[in-house]
Amino acid sequence: MSEQGESVATTQWPGAFWRALRRLAPPDGLLMKTTELACYECDGLPLYRKRPQAVVLPRTRDQVGAILALCARYGVPVVARGAGTGLSGGALPHPEGIVLSLARLNRILALDPGNRVARVEPGVRNIAISEAAAPYGLFYAPDPSSQIACTIGGNVAENAGGVHCLKYGLTTHNVLGLTFFTADGTLHEIGGPTAEGPLDLLALLIGSEGLLGVVVEVTVRLRRKPPAALALLAAFSSVEEAATSVSAVIEAGIVPAGLELMDTLALEGAQAYTGIPYPPGSVAVVLAEVDGDPEGVALDAEVLRAVFARCGAFALEEAEGEADRRRLWLGRKSAFPAMGRIAPDYYCMDGTIPRKALVPVLAGIAERAQAAGLRVANVFHAGDGNLHPLILYDAKAPGALERVERLGGEILDLCLAAGGTITGEHGVGVEKLDGMCAQFTAAELAAFHALKTAFDPDHLLNPGKAVPTPARCVGAGGLHVHGGRLPFAHLERF
Amino acid sequence: MVDCDQGEALAAFVRAAYEQDQALEIVGGGSRRHLGRTPQGATLALSGHRGIVAYEPSEFVVTVRAGTPLAELRAFLAASGQDTLAEIPQFAPASTVGGALAVGLTGPARPYTGSLRDSVLGLSILSGTGQALMFGGRVLKNVAGFDVSRLMIGAFGTLGVLLDVSLRTARVPEREEVIRWEMSWLEARARLRAWEGAYPLTGACYRQRTLYARFAGREARVAAACRALGGERDASGVLAALRDYALPDFSESASLWRVLVPPDAPLTDASATIGWAGAERFRVNAEEASVRAEAARDAGQVMAVWRRDRDAGPWARPGDASLTLMGRIKAALDPRGLLNRGRLYPDW
Ligand SMILES: Cc1cc2nc3c(=O)[nH]c(=O)nc-3n(C[C@H](O)[C@H](O)[C@H](O)COP(=O)(O)OP(=O)(O)OC[C@H]3O[C@@H](n4cnc5c(N)ncnc54)[C@H](O)[C@@H]3O)c2cc1C
Repeated sequence: MSEQGESVATTQWPGAFWRALRRLAPPDGLLMKTTELACYECDGLPLYRKRPQAVVLPRTRDQVGAILALCARYGVPVVARGAGTGLSGGALPHPEGIVLSLARLNRILALDPGNRVARVEPGVRNIAISEAAAPYGLFYAPDPSSQIACTIGGNVAENAGGVHCLKYGLTTHNVLGLTFFTADGTLHEIGGPTAEGPLDLLALLIGSEGLLGVVVEVTVRLRRKPPAALALLAAFSSVEEAATSVSAVIEAGIVPAGLELMDTLALEGAQAYTGIPYPPGSVAVVLAEVDGDPEGVALDAEVLRAVFARCGAFALEEAEGEADRRRLWLGRKSAFPAMGRIAPDYYCMDGTIPRKALVPVLAGIAERAQAAGLRVANVFHAGDGNLHPLILYDAKAPGALERVERLGGEILDLCLAAGGTITGEHGVGVEKLDGMCAQFTAAELAAFHALKTAFDPDHLLNPGKAVPTPARCVGAGGLHVHGGRLPFAHLERF
Repeated sequence: MVDCDQGEALAAFVRAAYEQDQALEIVGGGSRRHLGRTPQGATLALSGHRGIVAYEPSEFVVTVRAGTPLAELRAFLAASGQDTLAEIPQFAPASTVGGALAVGLTGPARPYTGSLRDSVLGLSILSGTGQALMFGGRVLKNVAGFDVSRLMIGAFGTLGVLLDVSLRTARVPEREEVIRWEMSWLEARARLRAWEGAYPLTGACYRQRTLYARFAGREARVAAACRALGGERDASGVLAALRDYALPDFSESASLWRVLVPPDAPLTDASATIGWAGAERFRVNAEEASVRAEAARDAGQVMAVWRRDRDAGPWARPGDASLTLMGRIKAALDPRGLLNRGRLYPDW
């Protein structure tokens, strides 16, 4: 089909495909002009960019199914997309394929406070679910920092976490059912009132990064809002003491809602950004929040105070009310954008390690950073061992990026050597394909491919992502940020 | 504790079976052999593959070989003041970790401490070709690769031979009390809901017009709950018996159905034993048509834990599209359909 001058006309797909696609898409739901496609070229990891053939924005599940069936008939690759906040290039377009945006399937279909579930379309924003549930005293627990923008469909695809996942679990622990299309346009309904069944297909779909199916409906579990909460900030004069206190909290039998650690560089940036000072002399701080019934919270707080004191905390701040707690968390929540105050660029890693390895791995990171002549700030989900080392650098310095990538690779190796994983919550996408080669054997990767093939024999859904072909290997991954320009800089970050 | 790694030998056995196209029945302690459809094939005994691979109490994670008896694992953890996080049914003293994972049942604590699959952080398996594969890990957050670990739980051993598994553990509570009250189900349901979050509730069931609730955790909080809520202390062990499917009417039954429904679903049979705050309802010797109707009314599901006509299988045959997809998943991991052939569905 011939398009106007500015459209992408280099397609290999026959005119009949385009004509059919135009019929299936809503009148305002097919984008093909260069200018329209530009904002779909990347997700939250703008280092990688590709222009798709077209972007389709269906409004109904039937349209989604029909579009998939059409693409299957012609062998056209399809990349599903939610809000595009992913940090590993999961929604990066395929240059020969289309982007299938689920953003307009954004209705909350049912909210059942009695049974504490909500049935929603995939384009519903994460926070919109909790907002809709709030009048009933309920909330949807997984709360990625991108929650005002990211969609539940994207959360399902990435198995997203949040600061509360230490206590309330990840997406996979909070989804009861899914409706999805396989690549051939067949509709499947999985899960049930208790998410049990002969084969746990939910487990495969959640975290599958858009490779196995396109999700068109999600049934999520809602929880009762805890009546009380308390946040504590403990200041330490060494990172070792702070990291040790994290393990000590968990060993004391407490399950905090959140348990986070920030080191000197992170504190320096946060302080410059928010203007809220940390206790003078803080080399590292640990932030802990406990919630539940008032009596339980009081008991937990007592234990926390004792543990932090025993581990060498020299100052302790506490906040109970909503506003005070927000203030205590503010530095932590703005720590990523705050990095812009102390370095032109940074590169964010996302490995998870056992808690007991926190001290040696943090020391190992510092040692390697020094050897590489680079600074690393640490601000992360310490309670579940999910590290986010931020390598600071200046992209304009010759050879800097190469040194950063080398250090990044060494950090991921440290995580793996400590018995950890290359990605705790940001996903593999295109970015950590090499890391997958380090974490899995060829036979395991082959099993992932076989599962992909079981769902999508022609590899049309998000091809080339999440699972590397046996052919590629070596290297590292991470989030690149250039010139302090952070994608979604207005969002809080964890 | 016996420490014996038979991984290599088991792999060689499965590889040989693959070459000869020999179906295999995977047997742990044999205590769940009466579940699922009639087993077929040569016996692959896992009971010799046992012992603790790794345990770090401060991480609250234990890695254990699948042939380890559950009782041994729990005794081992108890020495460090811990237990498995999920409440795992033990059908008999010989019950193994692997058998429990393959069948995938969780005790009455599930609404409060999570399902069995929620506490699986990673595992290693032998595929149907005898290849050793590892998925997940020993850390809490891990999104690398498809979540094959969870997929294995409840699959009746049809997708892989479970070798080792990393499970979350938790502290043994300082104190535990079961309290009972006589009341209607509607009232019981309302109470359970109100107590969630307000008291350290860790399990409950409703049966014979009586609500049994277990409170466990810190001494002070359990004491406070007992003071505030009244009722009578119960020492009958009903929750433990329910966990182990050992209630007298259960163990003598010819058919035991689990009806899984939204917790608010109306009660159709006053004789049902109710768990999971209303979401799991056990029907003893009920007619299949009646349990299916009960489930269908609220878009629920039915699992036959055991049944008279055993070969009708634990779960209903899913729709064609689902069955095709499930068959392809099975073929991806067990291309010749050798592992626990026919245990879940007749054709695979
Ligand atoms: C500032 C910021 C903070 C963040 N904080 C967190 C955090 O705390 N925790 C965390 O886990 N992540 C975090 N993220 C990452 C990101 O927000 C999550 O991965 C989120 O789940 C992505 O949702 P999305 O709607 O933007 O999906 P997209 O980025 O559009 O897509 C992500 C993947 O999902 C697939 N997909 C999308 N919709 C569907 C569907 N309906 N069916 C099938 N596949 C689909 C896509 O193909 C792609 O592979 C953060 C990102 C930013 C920018």
